[in-house]
Amino acid sequence: MKYVDEYRDPAAARLAVRRITELAEGGRNGVPYAFMEVCGGHTHTIYRHGIEQLLPETVELVHGPGCPVCVIPMGRVDDAISLAEQPGVIFTSFGDMMRVPGSTSSLLEAKARGADVRMVYSPLDALKIAMANPDRRVVFFAVGFETTAPSTAVTLLRAREAGVTNFSVFSNHVTIVPPLKAILDSPDLRLDGFLGPGHVSTVIGNRPYDFVPQRYGLPLVTAGFEPLDILQSVVMLLQQYADGRCEVENQYSRIVTDEGNPIAMRILQQVFTLRPHFEWRGLGFIAQSALALNEDFAAYDAERLFALPGVRVADPKSCQCGEVLKGVIKPWECKVFGTACTPETPIGTCMVSSEGACAAYYTFGRLHKTAAGLAAASA
Amino acid sequence: MTAVQPEGRQELVLERVETFRRRRPRLTDKVVTLAHGAGGKSSAALIDKVFLEAFRNDALEQLGDGALLELPSGERLAFATDSYVVRPRRFPGGSIGHLAVHGTVNDLAMCGAQATWLSAAFVIEEGFPIDELTAIVADMAEAAATAGVQIVTGDTKVVDTGAADGCYITTAGIGIVPEGRRFGADLVQPGDVVLVSGTLGDHGVAVLLARGDLDLEADVQSDTAPLHELMEVLLAAAPGTRWLRDPTRGGVGTVCNELAADAEVAVVLQESALPIRRPVLGACDLLGIDPLYVANEGKLLAVVPAEQAEAALKAMVVHPLGTDSAIIGRIAAEPERIVLLETSFGGTRIVDMLVGDPLPRIC
Repeated sequence: MKYVDEYRDPAAARLAVRRITELAEGGRNGVPYAFMEVCGGHTHTIYRHGIEQLLPETVELVHGPGCPVCVIPMGRVDDAISLAEQPGVIFTSFGDMMRVPGSTSSLLEAKARGADVRMVYSPLDALKIAMANPDRRVVFFAVGFETTAPSTAVTLLRAREAGVTNFSVFSNHVTIVPPLKAILDSPDLRLDGFLGPGHVSTVIGNRPYDFVPQRYGLPLVTAGFEPLDILQSVVMLLQQYADGRCEVENQYSRIVTDEGNPIAMRILQQVFTLRPHFEWRGLGFIAQSALALNEDFAAYDAERLFALPGVRVADPKSCQCGEVLKGVIKPWECKVFGTACTPETPIGTCMVSSEGACAAYYTFGRLHKTAAGLAAASA
Repeated sequence: MTAVQPEGRQELVLERVETFRRRRPRLTDKVVTLAHGAGGKSSAALIDKVFLEAFRNDALEQLGDGALLELPSGERLAFATDSYVVRPRRFPGGSIGHLAVHGTVNDLAMCGAQATWLSAAFVIEEGFPIDELTAIVADMAEAAATAGVQIVTGDTKVVDTGAADGCYITTAGIGIVPEGRRFGADLVQPGDVVLVSGTLGDHGVAVLLARGDLDLEADVQSDTAPLHELMEVLLAAAPGTRWLRDPTRGGVGTVCNELAADAEVAVVLQESALPIRRPVLGACDLLGIDPLYVANEGKLLAVVPAEQAEAALKAMVVHPLGTDSAIIGRIAAEPERIVLLETSFGGTRIVDMLVGDPLPRIC
């Protein structure tokens, strides 16, 4: 496929891996380099193309908090289910949010119990459903970082323009910079740099990450989502160490600019306001890390229109997702990994989505040695 | 308590996970969800706990595409049934009528049998247009004629408006298995070769796009087709064929997982060898769905001895339904019960069983 195959070329991959192996030799003072990929989309690429098995032992990838599905706390999922079960409501959601467990069930189970839950691919589809069903109240479960927030904002602007009154949004939009700061502020942090979020940066640009090198002394490379993007970004991070540089660089320059997308930013400001604080699964409360609908759009705000339980459900005590997210412990070091917490019955955020660090390790962990053996045999 | 070295502890944890994964999935749900119908882990759990538990017998416990039954004369029958609930009922390349015949004909073909007779039962929602019903039944008649099978008995039930979505069809079929023909996971050996009879995911993507929820347009046709002839072509060229399946719901990924588990082997697939049409790959990429888990309705997946693989491939590519046939992988002894994919990019990953339906990803 044009513009896709070029970024999946095995020969270029071998070159990049050779470069990584050279640059990372000996690790950082004898310890493997640990780079966090921020986005769930990165994690997906890394697994889908088997990138971890290509990397030398001197480079480790730590899976970060950028999977918007994983970071929604259980209490908010419970609120969503309660919305879906209100009489007359059509509840619309992205597909991968449907299986995420709340404290007692998931949206998929609510649907099986009779709630009208529909999967949509865009908030505009939810608005279409509202216009086609004027006698029903249609709620859209908005999740995601600055990547998906503009499309929710555009939908709300259109809804207001068209005078639609039976449409509302349950906003769980979050912002990327505060959780990065929360991770960086952790005293037991063990990271040597970041593969920065690609799609978020198309909206907010590269400037907001300047604090990472400036305040925390770690390099960040905004990375694309094709397998070669990932490898090239690792090369760029290691090159910074080799050159004694520490800065924000842009690997995804074919899409991301320093300034981002001013139109999208303006629309966000038109519709949303920052919440004073928001709870993140695995990371706890983070100040000014999420978006609520502002006063102008109160009439479209499901949190104001419906009575929600709004009960905070604490992450289980035994869950160590926070430490896994910060790279402090490995998934297998968690007390409940593989016993109480499995992909079928996840306790924590890292086991929820197939891209979570723990779910991935659960599925792929055994492969590391086997694959290393296979690769050696076929080489 | 003695301190365990970190490396040792990791081994212990991995072993525990391994033991857990070897267990058949367990049913923990209180109600049936769509995941139970998706052909992955949840389906297996429901079948084990509810159906197998109640009906247990030797023929059923094989959990094949169809049951193999021996007549007093010594002849062997293959017997299969399937229900069809597709939405929309008509899609590029076919309709629910074609599926209802091809699906059961193919289940029998995967047992090595030519379908001889079919039954057809209809559950129809009150208000369903007779014109549409006539068209669906005409498709069934056409498909049956092509497949050389007669529909010899049937049933019709009409339910209240809202109690069913339009029209559901159940067919069952019987065919005779020629003497000496036997396939099974127990025959599969390390070194064997995995063959597929054409491009993957056409049916699933065609139906997904035909639903129209996506505002995506691509020229993708369902591959719905009867596989009985192709099966004979394969067996004539590769009489040592060990194992046969049609990768419908759950796709090649799910069927290979069942093979790996039943045969206690590794199935090693090569991504670069997988035949997938550009538009199918493009649609899957956009939606974050893996084409390995997308349904096919006119493809067979076979394990053949390595020395017969080339002959099988040569014979299959000249059949109109097998032009895109390809050798897509091999059987290895280790790692047991695992499906591996050697990616085109040079990495390796596990292709695991899905828990439920593949859901599109947002990021």
